Amino acid sequence: MTASTGRSYRRPIALFWWLSRRSYLLFVLRELSAVFVAWFVVYLLLLVNAIGDGAPSYARFVDWSGSSWVLVLNLIALAFVLLHVVTWFGLAPRAMVVRLRGHRIPPPQIVAAHYLAWLLLSAIVAWVVLR
Amino acid sequence: MNHRRSPEPLLWLLFSSGGMAAALMVPILLFLFGIAIPLDWFDPSYDHLSAVLHNWITRLILFGLSALALFHWAHRFRYTLYDGLQLKRYGTPIAALCYGGAVAGSVIAAALLLTI
Repeated sequence: MTASTGRSYRRPIALFWWLSRRSYLLFVLRELSAVFVAWFVVYLLLLVNAIGDGAPSYARFVDWSGSSWVLVLNLIALAFVLLHVVTWFGLAPRAMVVRLRGHRIPPPQIVAAHYLAWLLLSAIVAWVVLR
Repeated sequence: MNHRRSPEPLLWLLFSSGGMAAALMVPILLFLFGIAIPLDWFDPSYDHLSAVLHNWITRLILFGLSALALFHWAHRFRYTLYDGLQLKRYGTPIAALCYGGAVAGSVIAAALLLTI
């Protein structure tokens, strides 16, 4: 350890400080969900590229996406993305205060509205893809 | 310190729009194309998927989702590296890498969606 020459002292923090408590770990897992969001964008663009290249190319993409490591990666990614959904919607009432005719809409209703919008959009996407 | 020119509000806005877009759209798309279709639970025809993709509304939505999701990643990943691994002393290169990556990814997404 080098002697501190500065005016202030900072208590050293362990590199893996976020392993020391469950709430810290959950915080870091939530932050890491963004890595899987980025993976999804890569995967989506590969899919778009395959569909754009024609039917044989799309068939090859589906084969590749069925290989075990891609499936496992996507399952892990889905779990992290769902963690993102739950934490994101859970924080929504703190990020927005909605007033209707002078009354503040209670936080549980704001969370419920987010889940409702989520279900509705998911149903629309599924219908567009699968109809 | 000059706070007037700070890009942070814009970056935070992109982060939070991206977080919302990702929460609303990514689970269903990842479930369908990453799990259900590879496992053969559903098998939409190529012609149908191609028609959906060639609709300009689909392309616009996919571009918006990709770009915003990438900026969401950039912002979170930047602070994960800062705090999780205590790399704040490398703040400038980390920020350049994260937001630069998001810009590059958005350009690739735009080029792809415009040329298919």
